[in-house]
Amino acid sequence: MNDSRFATRSELIGILVLAVFLVVILPLCLDVFRLNLVAKYLTYAFVALGLVICWGYGGILSLGQGVFFGLGGYCMAMFLKLEASSVENTKIQSTPGIPDFMDWNQITALPFFWKPFHSLTFTILAVILVPGIFALIIGAAMFKRRVGGTYFAIITQAVAAILTILIVGQQGYTGGINGMTDLRTLKGWDIRPDHAKVVLYFFEVGLLLACICIAQLVRHSKLGRILVAMRDQEDRVRFSGYSVANFKIFAFCIAAIFAAIGGAMFALNVGFMSPSFVGIVPSIEMVIYTAVGGRLSILGAVYGTLLVNFAKTSLSESFPELWLFGLGGLFIAVVLAFPNGLAGIWGDYVQPRISKLIGAGKPKSGWTDNSVADGAPAE
Amino acid sequence: MLVGHQPKPFLLSVEGLTVSFDGFKAVNDLSFYVEENEIRVIIGPNGAGKTTVLDLICGKTKATSGSIEFRGKDLTKLKENQIVKAGVGRKFQTPSIYDDLTVFENLEISYPRGRTVFGALTFTRDAAVRDRVHEVAEMIFLKDRLNMSAALLSHGQKQWLEIGMLLIQDPDLLMLDEPVAGMSVSERAKTAELLNRIIKDRSVLVIEHDMKFVEDIAHKVTVLHQGQILSEGTMEKVKNDPKVIEVYLGH
Repeated sequence: MNDSRFATRSELIGILVLAVFLVVILPLCLDVFRLNLVAKYLTYAFVALGLVICWGYGGILSLGQGVFFGLGGYCMAMFLKLEASSVENTKIQSTPGIPDFMDWNQITALPFFWKPFHSLTFTILAVILVPGIFALIIGAAMFKRRVGGTYFAIITQAVAAILTILIVGQQGYTGGINGMTDLRTLKGWDIRPDHAKVVLYFFEVGLLLACICIAQLVRHSKLGRILVAMRDQEDRVRFSGYSVANFKIFAFCIAAIFAAIGGAMFALNVGFMSPSFVGIVPSIEMVIYTAVGGRLSILGAVYGTLLVNFAKTSLSESFPELWLFGLGGLFIAVVLAFPNGLAGIWGDYVQPRISKLIGAGKPKSGWTDNSVADGAPAE
Repeated sequence: MLVGHQPKPFLLSVEGLTVSFDGFKAVNDLSFYVEENEIRVIIGPNGAGKTTVLDLICGKTKATSGSIEFRGKDLTKLKENQIVKAGVGRKFQTPSIYDDLTVFENLEISYPRGRTVFGALTFTRDAAVRDRVHEVAEMIFLKDRLNMSAALLSHGQKQWLEIGMLLIQDPDLLMLDEPVAGMSVSERAKTAELLNRIIKDRSVLVIEHDMKFVEDIAHKVTVLHQGQILSEGTMEKVKNDPKVIEVYLGH
């Protein structure tokens, strides 16, 4: 009986390997430009991590995680934008002291909902709470009414489309299609030079590892097992005395909050935020990262995100038109041939061979082990 | 103060229960009463509304009219999980177990503690849980298979596992929908033995087609036909009822 509250030995090794890879190997091998690219990719890994809990374990496919990524990102970008729009910096505007895009749209005073974003504490709370509460409302409205599966996925897409239209349409308040650009400092600390990028990278990796630990805790709690149980036998869980809707709402909220943290880190690392990270296409791309990495594997999600994004960058540099077809093909191939993604390949083919080579004893069984746990949904 | 011999209150009183699906009355003005520690078997031809009655009691289907009173609570007004908390357990017709979890984890999920989101997050597998799981696993003949993935169990073992999951809940009213369907002869005998052991200190409502099995366990039998009660009483009485013979037992 595996009774660990946090991780099995092999999972712990996996987390350590990832930590060493991100903290030591990548910074040593890559220049600052490439490292900043990795930082950008890793912001999506937060989303993928949330999807592992929500979709992989809970069976709730959300095709609108870009909404939460965007909400988190916009909250952070609003703070940074306000700081960049000091009276001094904007003295050539007709109304100095407000963000430039407001001035271009004939807005003469800072809207009320922008004002609290002068405070960093408020901003950090908002990064977590705004998407969290929004997910709670959507989740409660859907899951309490027993809307699930495909219908839920379609509704999340609709929400992503609506939010994009709203952001683009309300140009004076949101920066419109261009988004919020020219973000400069965080509490007076310039986020643009190389050394700042490196610091932000390490900060982000720290946050990601913390989120991985939270995901591990959830997975190894009884809640994690209830999510898995619900995926196959929702009624059995319901008639065992659980409110299935509440557990789904929880999984959805956790996924939303992870995505929002990723979005906030995106605004810091990349220095802008735009509606192109909110809509349907980016939301589906984020699902593909998770699928490629393995939707049942917490660490797989991180590797999947990195791999797909590296492929995207290198391929779209040479064949910009072909990339979307490539991505679609990759998704179909993964779903058909490797439903458990990279983690499944690792667990089924690579790990057994490694253990054989090292002679590391017998393979373990139980669902905590990748190779067994990540089996296709039995029918 | 009341003096004299009070009649024992019923554990479950179903009165005037009706459910209609688009005008079709699957259950029509049904009334019956189950006493404490009684084993009641519901029989009847296909489509008589047997499973629907269980669905109504456990809250899976909402009644159109009528009341279901259980320990002074009207179950028609409660949500499914509140009905479970009130003390009603339900086994489904096809074995509903969690294939991706081990037998131990299957049983643990039914342990009546930590049923809220945060309760589940902070749930610890302490000695009480472990002992209870082992105790029930022994009862349901799965003691050696606790660490096995539930997907690998045989059909009969899956049925036992689900019964075990209900036992851990320790309900006052246990509802079983065809517990021996699809079982081999030896599994059937073992299941009868199991049921006879677990029905102590609780009431049981069973749907079953296997007459031999019904005779073995039933205190009282209710025969349903077209959503209504055709006959009710001891097995002996029901068996000799000409109406029952005509619509059900005759063929």
